Amino acid sequence: MSTRTINNVQNFSWKRFMLQWEWMLIALIIIIFIVNSSISPYFLNFTSISDATMTFLDKAFIVFPMVMIMIMREIDISVGSTVALASVVMATTFNAGLPMELAIVVCLLVGALCGFFNGFLLVKYRELSAVIVTLSTMILYRGIAYMILEDQSSGGFPSWFSYFGWGYIGPIPFILLLFVILAIGFALLLHKTVFGRQVYAIGSNTTASRFSGVKVDRIKLIVFTLAGVMAAITAIFLTARMGSTRPNVANMYELDVIAMVALGGISTAGGKGKMLGAILAVFVIGYLQYGLGLINIPAQMLLIVIGVLLIASVTVTNLRVKGKFKTSSKSDSKEKVS
Amino acid sequence: MMESNLIRYVSKFRELGLLGFIIILAIVIQFLNPAFLTLGNLSDMLKNTAILCILALGMMLVLVTRGIDLSIGATLALSGMITALTVSAYPGLSPFLAILLGIIVGSACGVILGLLVSKVGILPIIASLGLMNAFRGMTFWVGGGDWVSAYQMPDSFKGIATSNILGINTLVFIAIIIFLFFYYFVNNTITGRQIYALGSNPDSAKISGINANKVYMLVYTLMGGLSGLAGVLWVSKFASSQGDTASGYELTVIAACILGGVSINGGVGKVIGVLLGAFLLGVLDNGLPLINVSPFWQMGIEGVIILVAVLFNTEIKKKVEKNNRLRRVI
Repeated sequence: MSTRTINNVQNFSWKRFMLQWEWMLIALIIIIFIVNSSISPYFLNFTSISDATMTFLDKAFIVFPMVMIMIMREIDISVGSTVALASVVMATTFNAGLPMELAIVVCLLVGALCGFFNGFLLVKYRELSAVIVTLSTMILYRGIAYMILEDQSSGGFPSWFSYFGWGYIGPIPFILLLFVILAIGFALLLHKTVFGRQVYAIGSNTTASRFSGVKVDRIKLIVFTLAGVMAAITAIFLTARMGSTRPNVANMYELDVIAMVALGGISTAGGKGKMLGAILAVFVIGYLQYGLGLINIPAQMLLIVIGVLLIASVTVTNLRVKGKFKTSSKSDSKEKVS
Repeated sequence: MMESNLIRYVSKFRELGLLGFIIILAIVIQFLNPAFLTLGNLSDMLKNTAILCILALGMMLVLVTRGIDLSIGATLALSGMITALTVSAYPGLSPFLAILLGIIVGSACGVILGLLVSKVGILPIIASLGLMNAFRGMTFWVGGGDWVSAYQMPDSFKGIATSNILGINTLVFIAIIIFLFFYYFVNNTITGRQIYALGSNPDSAKISGINANKVYMLVYTLMGGLSGLAGVLWVSKFASSQGDTASGYELTVIAACILGGVSINGGVGKVIGVLLGAFLLGVLDNGLPLINVSPFWQMGIEGVIILVAVLFNTEIKKKVEKNNRLRRVI
């Protein structure tokens, strides 16, 4: 056995570069754009393409932390309920006389608290799986939202609040701009910081990273709290777009978000995947939805398409991983010979 | 020492504890509203819990293999919708054939999921999530976005839910048969034990010659078949089939399993426990409105109870393991 150093920067190879999942997603987006513009002559211009984002970007904010959570081999299915609870609390505190600015702060706090509670339970009871914990809190959070508002809706927000839903900065929708800024921020956090490397380490081998001094518990707490905060941001945009809120808003958002993350090539076995893939997947599903709307295909048909797309993408990723294992074992055997 | 004895006792008779909790809950509800423990209300409650029991038993096996099936609500809706459309087109169809059709459609859905999990190797939570979307969409597509309402269904079909077999409501009767079958299957057959072996340690189970893929296929097909059956019963009971029938019901089913002591980490779960877990949810569903708890509080209360049950479970388990370790040292 010869000693072998592992470079911390992999050598650039065109083959590996072109075989990335992200190209597949970009190809999908291009196909969707071609089909969309052949359906409607009004699709292919800047205003239409950027305005369409206002209809699907709200839930996409949760995708960022969900990528980290799934890389850590965890899952959070309570985010949809967190959106509902944060939104309901925001509307209720506003209507109880709190200024809107403070109500937004309260909304963010509620989101952070919900996420923190998930993380706390997971860290305190390590033997519990994230599925159980977040399933319970999913029922709990939405239950609290129902307790607060019952069958009522709550709204009457000041007019400036709708800016979150429909506002522009220059020609660009505000939500798109914020999404891009946060996307860059989260991509840097995941790929360029120690924190991000530790997230990958936890996903590859939690025990080993714990022994190597990674503060696993603290990182899990931070990431789950981030998920709550992002859910609150989603709540703000969603509420602003709709103008009022009910306890049953954002139903099944968690599943849409998980679908986007899985489609983005984040391995469900943990430790693999890139932020960029998930971000591209957001636009794949978003523009697909928009395109189906253009040809008057009911939203339910979209469910079939998303479901099939999700399974197909995971299948391809699985095959790809299997292929990689083969090539790596080959190169190993070569080394042994030499 | 006394404390550790108590813990061992509680952990051994977990089901007894759950039963005790249900009884205490029933007494409290009865104290507040005497209409609770009447024959009419109890049989109503059984009828309402029957479908949940059927699904929870299937889900137990899936959870025991370390899997999860989020698609059962959609499978239920799809097979219910197909059956409802068939009986409204052919009103002369015998109810038995209708049930058979539902089971076949459900099993087909289950086979697809089983293939994805065993052959393709997709994580169950992701595969069933994708299929949940697909089946739900297909339900809308098959039904053309419309409902199938009570007047379109023949009386014989609606009679499935209201008729009696041997003096027991048909829904309850079917649930009892399935319960007995599961009790025997899980405890007394080789395949049943293989499911548990695979769940508690997949690697050693495979090494000892258990065909893992076959077990996965079996478990998911069984779950699909039960969802199909439940779909027919559901549509017959509510006398309407919609695109969003039983949307989100998979979570209630999983909650019943968790309350019943099934571990989502695999290998652990008792038929009796699952039955009691389903009953607990049934008592809450039925009892809370009777004592004037607003229906909007129900979900929150259920959430708290599930969370407390889960945490209580792990605390007990931790203490038992600690005690076992202590004993080993001595």
